[in-house]
Amino acid sequence: MSFDAHRCPNGHLTYPGHERCPDCGRPQTETVDLADETATVVTWTENTATPPGVRRPNSLAIVEFDVEGESVRAIGQVTADADVEIGDEVRPVYAEQLRDPDAGIREPESQSWDGYRFEPV
Amino acid sequence: MDRVAIIGASMTAFGEREAWIRDLLAEAGRECLDDAGVAPDEVEHLYVSNMASGEFEGQTGVPNALAHDLGAVPAYTQRVDQTSASGGAGIYAAWQSVASGASELTLLVGGEKMTHRTTAEATDVIASLTHPAEYKHGVTLPSFAGLTARRYLHEYDAPRESLAKVAVKNHRNGLDNPHAQFRKEVDVETVMDSPIVADPLRLYDFCPITDGSAALLLCPESVAREMGAPYTVVSGIGGATDTHVVHERADPTVMGAAVESSDRAYAMADREPEDVDVAELHDMFTILEFLQSEAVGFFEQGEGWKAVEEGVTDRDGDLPINTSGGLKSKGHPLGASGVAQAYELHQQVLGDAGPRQVEAEVGLACNVGGFGNCVTTTLVEAP
Repeated sequence: MSFDAHRCPNGHLTYPGHERCPDCGRPQTETVDLADETATVVTWTENTATPPGVRRPNSLAIVEFDVEGESVRAIGQVTADADVEIGDEVRPVYAEQLRDPDAGIREPESQSWDGYRFEPV
Repeated sequence: MDRVAIIGASMTAFGEREAWIRDLLAEAGRECLDDAGVAPDEVEHLYVSNMASGEFEGQTGVPNALAHDLGAVPAYTQRVDQTSASGGAGIYAAWQSVASGASELTLLVGGEKMTHRTTAEATDVIASLTHPAEYKHGVTLPSFAGLTARRYLHEYDAPRESLAKVAVKNHRNGLDNPHAQFRKEVDVETVMDSPIVADPLRLYDFCPITDGSAALLLCPESVAREMGAPYTVVSGIGGATDTHVVHERADPTVMGAAVESSDRAYAMADREPEDVDVAELHDMFTILEFLQSEAVGFFEQGEGWKAVEEGVTDRDGDLPINTSGGLKSKGHPLGASGVAQAYELHQQVLGDAGPRQVEAEVGLACNVGGFGNCVTTTLVEAP
């Protein structure tokens, strides 16, 4: 399992990947695994009104990775019982199932349901 | 160029309605035609703004259903879905149909039926607009609001109470709106003591789930002039998108699509933000009123909260915002909201807003889809 950010030949980095680089329109040709990197919390929330199949409360954070001078952001759940603040350092932790794929409106087969939560370092 | 005029407008009562989508749309459509004194068979184009009648109710094909129910067959029909900016996008489509000469009389009806669903289900229907990388984490629109509000308060040193004051102001305005879902005053303490929904935002920072519908009737200004009844003009309209994945925006406190769409609307109308007398902003969450008031150029970035604190945006302030009560007190039937914003501006500019009346020749409406993913800005003014 990897936590892939996508890079175009001009060095722009995005998570998730896109058909074309949102910055310059070139195809993204490489991936960079963020799984072993650490990131800084940009902002966070604790959501108590969650949709079907989602844990309650659901703490979420937007975090920023710095990969060789290029920054890339990601959103993800915060690990259970962890408190984070803006500016905290976190690391990705793999989870097999982030929400119950069968409980919500989206077709379960249409996407993946595993991914990375963030845990304070 | 012949401009596009609004010759009729209506909105139904917003709230928990027994009616289903077809009846809600027909109610607003019929009242709008009556308002203009126009027969249904004169309608050439009929647009329906609606996000999710299939997902909410299992009823698709609503524009054709409405044409039949209203007696507007064989009008050309089209559904406009731009999530919660469907209403604004519908105004754009209706405006295009008239401005292009394709239609001499266009009816736009926006509506949504939602309250038969639980809050969790309705939240999930709306959250289905998110990217798979967001959806799998249980990201919802309210959670984007919490994430953004925390960043805004942090970056601009704004007190949490300033957000509460948006809710207080808009609830106060809604008291005088007979169509509003909530006609109930709240104070800052009530907002601050309400349950957390998406920290730091609380229950009263959010608009409710709502059934309702609203409509506009558009034609060329030359035709409106010949008809002789009072009318307003869509002097400028612009639409734009921002990133689908919300965390990929360079600055989470800037609504890029609101900046772009308002720039385009001002350019078309040859107007500046300073010319606007009254505005309806998409306050689905209190934080969005700050972000839009800055994005459309009323206030500097990071200063929108001060305007609310100082009463600038009160009904008797220099720039009244959300005289209708906003989505906050009026309610937010997704497809109807952008149309209902224009309904309020039309009333204000005509001088028909009753106890909500402010002095207004130029009004601006900003209608937001997703979390600023797609935005339409409309300027409505006196002829």
